[in-house]
Amino acid sequence: MTISTAPHKPQKTGWLFPFLRYLGRNKSLGIGLVILLILVAFTLFGQFFVDPKDAYPLSVPSKRPPSWEYPFGTDFYGRDLMAAMVVGMWQTAFIGVVAGGIGTFIGVVLGFVSAYFGGWVDASIRTVCQILTPIPVMLIQVVVAGSLDKRSVTIFTMALIVVMLAWMGPTLVIRSQVLTMKERQFVSVAKLSGVSDMGIIFKEILPNLLPFVAAAFVGQIFLAVFAAFYLAVLGLGPLREPLLGNIIWLAQSQGAFFNGWWWWPIIPSLGMILILGSLALINMGLDELSNPRIRRSE
Amino acid sequence: MISLILRRLGFLMLIIWSASTIIFFIPRLSSVNPVRERFAELSRLTGYAPDDLEKIVQSFNKQFGLDLPLWQQYIDYLGNVITLDFGYSLNRYPTTVVELIAQSLPWTIGLILFATILSFIIGNLLGAVAAWPRAPRWLRNTALPFVLLMGVPPVLVGVLLLFFVGFQLKFLPLGGAYSIGLLPEMSWSFALDLLRHQILPALSLVLGSIGGWVLTMRGMGITIQGEDYVNFAEHKGLSGHRIFFDYYLRNAMLPQVTAFGLALGTVVTSAIIVEGLFALPGVGTVLINAIRANDFPVIYGIVLFITISIAVIMTLLEFLYPLLDPRINNE
Repeated sequence: MTISTAPHKPQKTGWLFPFLRYLGRNKSLGIGLVILLILVAFTLFGQFFVDPKDAYPLSVPSKRPPSWEYPFGTDFYGRDLMAAMVVGMWQTAFIGVVAGGIGTFIGVVLGFVSAYFGGWVDASIRTVCQILTPIPVMLIQVVVAGSLDKRSVTIFTMALIVVMLAWMGPTLVIRSQVLTMKERQFVSVAKLSGVSDMGIIFKEILPNLLPFVAAAFVGQIFLAVFAAFYLAVLGLGPLREPLLGNIIWLAQSQGAFFNGWWWWPIIPSLGMILILGSLALINMGLDELSNPRIRRSE
Repeated sequence: MISLILRRLGFLMLIIWSASTIIFFIPRLSSVNPVRERFAELSRLTGYAPDDLEKIVQSFNKQFGLDLPLWQQYIDYLGNVITLDFGYSLNRYPTTVVELIAQSLPWTIGLILFATILSFIIGNLLGAVAAWPRAPRWLRNTALPFVLLMGVPPVLVGVLLLFFVGFQLKFLPLGGAYSIGLLPEMSWSFALDLLRHQILPALSLVLGSIGGWVLTMRGMGITIQGEDYVNFAEHKGLSGHRIFFDYYLRNAMLPQVTAFGLALGTVVTSAIIVEGLFALPGVGTVLINAIRANDFPVIYGIVLFITISIAVIMTLLEFLYPLLDPRINNE
């Protein structure tokens, strides 16, 4: 005599809504992703609106303050800063993804080898990391970049210089995670049932490590963009390219503030703050995602 | 105790050795010859191209010992590193690299000390207050903007400060160590002028580094709150002031000093770049000028000098731990 209600239908939930709801809770991840998406859209769609050639010297009238024609103004050498920002951000993203990707890859491989096989391999990898960590990496990169022929430095060499001494962080993180993972029960079970070393690494441990790998990747992108920016600000970048750090270095060596060309250093600085800020926020958000223990106390 | 000191010193030697080895071999792997590079630049600037350039390069190679076999150069070099002899500047020839560093080092040390002490004090106080349950709400939230500034490199903070404070408001000078036309002398007006030129560089270093101290101190403060000895102190009726400084800050000091040691490399790099931005006559400006002029011995000398100093300071900090925390006795 009970009135049967409509049969209970399993609610169809896509991945999008839970994801958005999670972003609402994890504010730093959400805000960081939004800023990053805007920047990516700017540099992607910007390619259609500006002429990439205007990002190089002697293409537009020089020293114009921001106006309708040149929204970000033009610099002393005759670059359109709007075009320079579009091209420069694209190059920055390239350096970040290439250097971050290679660094994370080396870190994951070395971390796995070190933790999984142990013994003298582990000891030597750990010692090398311990010796290299206190050495200020940025300064060694200055030596590397300084000893290269400045005419042959390209965006890609910048990425390689940056990654050369930046794999120790992910190595140590992945190593410690694999060490704890190795002692878990599911790994012992797999081992006892005769799964090979490679099988355990790729099928059992790696999938569980993905959040940490993702966090390490974003962290490496942040460090790579940071390091490439510092090298460029010191005048060690590929001088012709409109990398944001290069533009600031040029503005500073021409005394932009003394001469009243304030927009020249300010525009790339704001762009860099947005890039690094969004990456730092995403990094904080991912930390919270992969390690719920450090959730905020409020 | 003695074995521990020896082990630490051995590790220090290992760090110095590997840094100097990297700095020795990297330039020799590259195809650029500093002497030839320098002459090429001279002839570009003056229009004078010597016919027998190769002969000149060879005689320079002989003078600097670059014609010796690589292993012998390496051993000589290690000997020079131990005696802190980094050779001559190519650009300002009779001056040695050590003299250049000695001239500019006081400026850099002054800037770093001033900025670090300031941000350490402000950051730790703000962080402790942010975790302190009895603090008013507005005071707890003052820490937030500094945490947001953490990801921003100090040199960018410097550009923004230059724009707003130096360029728009014209409060403070745009760069240099003291006003053009002034001679260094011991007088109040000169000291004041000097200080005015240091404010913006120091501020750009301080603003970005407060956030790190705030975050760790706040985390530590929150964990310490739950500890029995703090509860006991509260129930004993100790004043909030006493608990804050003696029970709270004191216990958080050790991890903070460790963090300081780890952050030292970043702090020095940032300081160098900020100096370049503000054209202060410190090590950073010497380095940037050397990069601009292809003055290779100066670049390598400065990098090596900074690396060694950081390694030495980090080792000294480790010996300080037992003083900061009597529970550690280095056994």
